[in-house]
Amino acid sequence: MADEAEPVTELRLGRFHGGLRLEPNKTLSTELPLKSAPIPPRLVHPLNQHAGASSEPMVEIGERVLRGQPISSPTGFISAPVHAGSSGTVVAIETHPVAHPSGLDALCVVVETDGEDEAYAGYPAIPEFATLSPIALRARVRDCGVVGLGGAAFPTAVKLNAAGALNALILNGAECEPYISCDDTLLRFRAHDIASGARIMLHALEVGRCLVAIEDDKPAACEALAGAVARLGDPRIEVVRVPAIYPEGGERQLITVLTGEEVPADGLPADIGYLVHNVGTAAWVARAILAGEALHSRIVTVTGRGVVQPQNLEVRIGTPIADVVAACGGYTEHARHLLMGGAMMGFSLPSDDIPIIKKTNCLVIGTAEDIAPRGPARACIRCGECARACPAQLLPQQLYWHARADDFDKADAMNLFDCIECGCCDLVCPSHIPLTRYFRYAKSQIWHNERDRVKAERAKRRHDQREARLEEARAAKRRRLAARTRALEAGTARETGRKAAIDEIMQRAQEKKDAGDGGGEA
Amino acid sequence: MRFEPAFAPHYRPASSVTRVMGDVLIGLLPAAAVWTWYFGPGLIVNAVIATLVALGCEAAMLKARNRPPGEQLADLSVIVTAVLFAFCLPPLTPWWVTATGMIFAVVFAKHLYGGLGFNPFNPAMVGYVVVLVSFPSDLTNWLPPAGFEMAEARPGLLATMAYALTGNLPAGLTWDMIGGATPLDDLKTQIGLMRTVTEVRADPLYGDMGAHGWEWINNFVVLGGAWLLYRKVIRWQIPVGVLIGIILPATAFFLYDAGRFAPPTFHVFSGATMLCAFFIATDPVSAATSDRGRLVFGLGIGVLTWVIRTWGGYPDGVAFAVLLMNMAVPAIDRFTAPRVYGR
Repeated sequence: MADEAEPVTELRLGRFHGGLRLEPNKTLSTELPLKSAPIPPRLVHPLNQHAGASSEPMVEIGERVLRGQPISSPTGFISAPVHAGSSGTVVAIETHPVAHPSGLDALCVVVETDGEDEAYAGYPAIPEFATLSPIALRARVRDCGVVGLGGAAFPTAVKLNAAGALNALILNGAECEPYISCDDTLLRFRAHDIASGARIMLHALEVGRCLVAIEDDKPAACEALAGAVARLGDPRIEVVRVPAIYPEGGERQLITVLTGEEVPADGLPADIGYLVHNVGTAAWVARAILAGEALHSRIVTVTGRGVVQPQNLEVRIGTPIADVVAACGGYTEHARHLLMGGAMMGFSLPSDDIPIIKKTNCLVIGTAEDIAPRGPARACIRCGECARACPAQLLPQQLYWHARADDFDKADAMNLFDCIECGCCDLVCPSHIPLTRYFRYAKSQIWHNERDRVKAERAKRRHDQREARLEEARAAKRRRLAARTRALEAGTARETGRKAAIDEIMQRAQEKKDAGDGGGEA
Repeated sequence: MRFEPAFAPHYRPASSVTRVMGDVLIGLLPAAAVWTWYFGPGLIVNAVIATLVALGCEAAMLKARNRPPGEQLADLSVIVTAVLFAFCLPPLTPWWVTATGMIFAVVFAKHLYGGLGFNPFNPAMVGYVVVLVSFPSDLTNWLPPAGFEMAEARPGLLATMAYALTGNLPAGLTWDMIGGATPLDDLKTQIGLMRTVTEVRADPLYGDMGAHGWEWINNFVVLGGAWLLYRKVIRWQIPVGVLIGIILPATAFFLYDAGRFAPPTFHVFSGATMLCAFFIATDPVSAATSDRGRLVFGLGIGVLTWVIRTWGGYPDGVAFAVLLMNMAVPAIDRFTAPRVYGR
């Protein structure tokens, strides 16, 4: 069956604006086959590994947990549970350094593993997924903690819900960022999971077409998936080769390449009939449904010239980075930098005592030479290369002037928030200006100001309400006083009246008495 | 293990200001060689004087502004200004003319506005316009190009240097014997004398396409421009805009009355047309920023150049056209901003 015509579709592809062809640096990590990393003695599970609200712990210290057992529960619609990476005992629920660009700590459930790796049996496998309703499928995907594995970690169940009629589901295997090869590895070694996941997603979304985009510099991945799709014999799934241009893996850029259409800046892909999921997410949807496994591991690319044996490993969620690197032979003497993510958008981590989370696609251990700080920035010469490279079709140079001048309103008006921080403008700037950093700074300042504004508004509203309340209280007091005064006056009047009545009665009585006395005498 | 911080993106930029400016200087070499072939060593002498003065001004201004001088001098931008300025000067130019132009270009047009990247006007053109209005006679005394009998008598390297230092021709030579106007200048004068363009252009001074000598300088400037395009230092919008801006009105008016209006080939292949299109108008700092804006900017320069050449008081209109369009840049940028993705 695999010998049949491969379902690689030749689409008429669109082109997104700008972008760069970058040195991929991917072969470093693709030499070795996919292996599993050993289970570490301690697993640290951050409770907020996804976009949206953090989850709440649902285990006690000292409790035994199994592999894939839920250890926290979601706290909202856009939230996800976290599952234990292996079996063991909960030894702590405490704050621990996590992978965050600002180096923040967060609440984590720490499990001391017992080495038995006993599986949780709470989720029965559903091989006949087509018998399930989309609602039931979504519920299972949510229960299993599946989130977007491409990097955004958005809860998948929420995104498996098409509000309107869709043209196609798009699976993103355009792993465009340098160094990262986890999706490539997944495509080469687990193509069947991806194809099965695609079918389940089509069923859940009630869509009839799925495009899987793979960059043309990954022929082996493309071939593997095409083979898997052919074996499933599902004509709804089409594998599409797309040219390798960074940042093609950006959702909006990929949609433009595949369809020639643009997603409205204030809208979502679903608004124009598309939904994009990462290929890794599709594979985990398949495991959640067909095998009844909760998301407890993922493929991580460990690469760079700072690690002895760069490779792709399947790692348990919660494994400290130090253990992952040890599984790759440890650090070379030149290791200076640790990045989570790739060379363009990855952020640096201060230490390797940080756990792998659901969105950790890649660890780059860089040497001082690979990741050298840039020389000092010079003045912008307005050459316009940044605008040429910008996939969002912004004017980075103008945004830079405004960001530099702290003129955030102007930057906002020039659509600063449409910037996807891909870093293309930085790389083409002859003046070596760290443009992306300026944009991150400007965005955070605008958020900050917005928060302040909201806070100030709330404070003003509170103040006004308090004033109104006080005024009301004062008015009420005045009314009470007035009432009392009136009552008092009325009381006085009544008193006077009564006195007068008494006087009258007394007078009458006196008169009677006087008359009686007189009569008696008479 | 602890790690050092780094900021995304972690790849390093490939280009640099120094590389860009270096490419511009390399691109000027072929035209400089041909220029020297036709008009003698004047360009080299003027370029050396201009560069020395410009570097001195740049260093002094950086010091006055408390900026580290080494780094910014190394970006070669001030040398580009000086060499472009020298390209505009006649072969025999006294040093004070060159120095005045460079002081205005570097001190006033560049550093008083904040230095490289902040100057709204093209510094070389500011310098040129200052000397053009201050020393009109020095700026209109050109030498005839090689290939003419008169050119045999032109001063050699030493005499050129002596003239640059003293402003005096060697003994026995007078401007009447060696000097002449440029074809653009000559055409304007002749049309003023009621001769037709066709009559005037019959003179061998006017060469095959535009003007003898000048047409080949222009061709080699295009060669340099092709190098800049290849190196992606410039993009096609400004050169194409300038050329269309000149060719369209020139063709229309030439077809209307060939006796009074020079043909488009003459405009394209004489004077500083190509230098303007590929090297002067393309100065990124003072040009419009978006692709569409640059096309508009180039068109404006082309049309204004033709208008000034045809009806203005100066033989060539490039410098004024560039400065006028520099003024229009903020407006152009405002109205040609590209559409943002998804908007």
